[in-house]
Amino acid sequence: MMDRPLRLIEPVVDRPTARISGHVAELDLKLSGLSCPHCPPKVQTAIKTLVGVKAAHVNLANQSAHVIYDPDRVDVGAIIREIRRAGFGAGVATTRIPIRNMHCASCVTRIEHALKMTPGVTAARASSLTNTVEVEYQPEQTRFDHLRGAIESAGYRIVETNVPASGAGDGDPAEVERAAEYALLMRKFWLAAAISVPVMALSYPDLIPGLREWMPMGSTTRRVVWALLGVLALPVLVWSGSQFFTGLWDGLKHRTANMHTLIAIGISAAYLYSVVAVGFPQLFPRAELAEVFWDVTTVVVALVVLGLALEIKAKGRTSEAIKKLIGLQAKTARVERDGREIDLPVEEVVAGDILVVKPGDKIAVDGEVVDGKSAIDESMITGESMPVEKGPGDEVIGATLNKTGSFKFRATKVGKDTALASIIRMVQDAQGSKAPIQRVVDTVSGYFVPSVMMLGVLAFMAWYLFGPEPRLVYATIVLVTTLIIACPCALGLATPTSLTVGIGKGAEHGILIRSGDALQSSEKLDAIILDKTGTITKGEPALTDVVASAFSEDDVLRLAASLERGSEHPLGEAIVKGAEARGLKLSDAKGFAAIAGHGVGGEVDGRAVLLGNAKLMRDRGIDVEHLTKDWERLAGEGKTPMFVAIEGKPAGLVAVADTVKPDSKAAVATLKAMGLEVVMMTGDNERTAKAIARQVGIERVLAEVLPDDKAHEVQKLQLEGKSVGMVGDGINDAPALAQADVGFAIGTGTDVAIEASDVTLIKGSLVGVVTAIEISRATMRNVRQNLVGAFGYNVAGIPIAMGVLYPVIGLLLSPLIAAAAMAFSSVTVVSNANRLRSFTPERSAS
Amino acid sequence: MTVDRWLVLAGGLTLIAFIVWFFWLKRSSGVRASETSSGYQEAMILVKGGYTPDTILVRAGRPVRLNFRREETASCSDKVIFADFGKSADLPTGTTVAVELLPKAPGVHEFACPMGMFRGRLVVE
Repeated sequence: MMDRPLRLIEPVVDRPTARISGHVAELDLKLSGLSCPHCPPKVQTAIKTLVGVKAAHVNLANQSAHVIYDPDRVDVGAIIREIRRAGFGAGVATTRIPIRNMHCASCVTRIEHALKMTPGVTAARASSLTNTVEVEYQPEQTRFDHLRGAIESAGYRIVETNVPASGAGDGDPAEVERAAEYALLMRKFWLAAAISVPVMALSYPDLIPGLREWMPMGSTTRRVVWALLGVLALPVLVWSGSQFFTGLWDGLKHRTANMHTLIAIGISAAYLYSVVAVGFPQLFPRAELAEVFWDVTTVVVALVVLGLALEIKAKGRTSEAIKKLIGLQAKTARVERDGREIDLPVEEVVAGDILVVKPGDKIAVDGEVVDGKSAIDESMITGESMPVEKGPGDEVIGATLNKTGSFKFRATKVGKDTALASIIRMVQDAQGSKAPIQRVVDTVSGYFVPSVMMLGVLAFMAWYLFGPEPRLVYATIVLVTTLIIACPCALGLATPTSLTVGIGKGAEHGILIRSGDALQSSEKLDAIILDKTGTITKGEPALTDVVASAFSEDDVLRLAASLERGSEHPLGEAIVKGAEARGLKLSDAKGFAAIAGHGVGGEVDGRAVLLGNAKLMRDRGIDVEHLTKDWERLAGEGKTPMFVAIEGKPAGLVAVADTVKPDSKAAVATLKAMGLEVVMMTGDNERTAKAIARQVGIERVLAEVLPDDKAHEVQKLQLEGKSVGMVGDGINDAPALAQADVGFAIGTGTDVAIEASDVTLIKGSLVGVVTAIEISRATMRNVRQNLVGAFGYNVAGIPIAMGVLYPVIGLLLSPLIAAAAMAFSSVTVVSNANRLRSFTPERSAS
Repeated sequence: MTVDRWLVLAGGLTLIAFIVWFFWLKRSSGVRASETSSGYQEAMILVKGGYTPDTILVRAGRPVRLNFRREETASCSDKVIFADFGKSADLPTGTTVAVELLPKAPGVHEFACPMGMFRGRLVVE
């Protein structure tokens, strides 16, 4: 039975503990993602909807949940699932373990059962398909050793991951595969090219003196040589061109058609025609009709295969940025286990492990320093070039480099949860996403290939029905040329390759672009709204002035600071820090209440204290007339003065100021020079806002905007017909970021996966906005060049191949020219995208 | 018109009609994803010249896990994109890659390779 009342504030919980008595169990669970005041009720409601949960309390301060439940009716796993479904993390870690000798369906259940019996494991899913098991566990309760033990006790072995001793492992499977594919295509090309030379020469003996006499038209020699050429061309068709036929066949099975379909039909039409011409010349009305097109077969295969090879090579380069990021990952970690330090592959580090870091070491995973001090080079993640000093309680980021000291830290995020892994995932997802411009291409490409096939048939019919003699030869050439010149690949590659390069380029500059959508929208922004605090300014205000009337300065500050101790507002923290710096002894506040956008109130040492803006004082009927002059002076200096009232009487002012980031002014000027309207938005009063705006050169200021109204202000600007970007932090400004056409979030440390934003600026500087817009403009320009090129090529090339110019200027394309054009159109598209790799931000290069 | 011309005309038109019917008019009815004990709707998709099966039927509001297995090396199909979900996955040859999605409302969502040559549909009921 429940033997104690639920207290409102739980003690800090470090590990989840479950106590079971009778039919009631209690569970303390560490949560993550509780960032707002509305979150705890959400989680609470979510848990309480479960049958069997008697009570649940979520504590925002120590990020934990206390759940009282009936273990017979609901299990821990269900509670955790429910918390996750509500959008929060429930302190469980997931790991994927490769297992040897797992062959049968019963293995799956046996392994899962063994793992589920291990204390702290909340779920296990084994798959005999991939030979892995995915385990969810409470990192505070379970170690990797325990999981290994459970698997071994069930009679299975873990596949030991091979960790390369040196940092640069070249084992990216995609890379290896690409290299093999390239090598194979090049071999196919060389064979086709080598055979093409004699085939070309001997196919046109009339053009070459000597050959003309040796094998005159209609002679047996010519027929025999041509027959031999057909045999020579066969390996090219069968081996070098094999991918076209397998592609054709696989496509037909799915009722789809692609580039391979067109090439396969084209080259086989040319080959079959030649076979008939050599084998059954009597079928042709005249001898000169019995021409062969072996050369078309071999040269087309050679050129297209070369094009494919070059395209693979060029495509490999488009994803260089992601390779660099993956290369940053640490391979090993020095972990303290059972009092000993052991080196482990980074995959075996679990959350909760204590890791030891020596000078010069790479930090393996994300965590929190528990002991020691050091300077850490975080430039690879944050772009901040100066090493950052870290001590106990500070967050360290995986893949960053320890410089000077030794320290120990507790792993908090491992595997796919680390900041680097999130960055990689975000970049990969973004590179795979589609820009709206791509939708047009998608619609077209669905109809493209079958349409080309129909056009080919139409051209054949037209030439056969109305064309000049020899009609069959012309009709065949035109059919083959039309099929071969069409290049669906160039169309399909145009957008994705540029996006991949552009988004990768962003990542190199510390800018995470969420999707192709965000990239395309960034290009067209008319106006950009900058949040003041933390965006234009450093966001770390400090106490600057205290003005007292009727009370002593120390009293005013002490009471104000005591009141703010309960607040998490940065202004409050500045006041507390300022008071502590002056050596004042603070007391506890009772009945602390935050009045959104206005201030705070409460009781300190039995005295009612109010701290806030003029509106708050007016609302409470406190006359602050005599303080207005000082207030205006401070506000004019760009500081944030706040009125303090004690026992309903005006007591004075405390002022804090936030300093402008060093590069904000230059960034604003550049944004303006790029043609954007720059607007500043802040919850602060107009005076403070204007003072800061003056410093950085912004004219349009939206001041005294309540947090809930920020999104509305964005919308108002959008109603002026503008495409609006919003720059702010990802938490307080989330609704405004979501409302904006493009939301830029200023990220800090490991917190990179900011959901509401379209673009995350890891560097935390406004210059990132400039770079992001520059990258989007360069990328979209590149996409457009590619699309115009690819569309233009097909729109112009196909009709020419069909022979529309023949009646006008007598031009008919050779299938060989068509093959060359086709092969190099897609290479050109990919190469053009690769030009973006040399992009350097011009305006933001400061 | 001579006989051969009539033959070419008739043959050509028939071929065009066949192309239209073969590539555009006939559609497969789709395969229903099976439900696992853990509540996932799971389906295996073979990537080879296209997606087999290319139409997956699932129910809304339940997580979906699609296991892609690519058995070809053509560079077009090395990625699968779910544009509506903003998700994508790299598909190395010979490896099974799981893509997890949560379709919230009924509708038809396309998935495709980056160049849109391979297409599949996720039909949410």
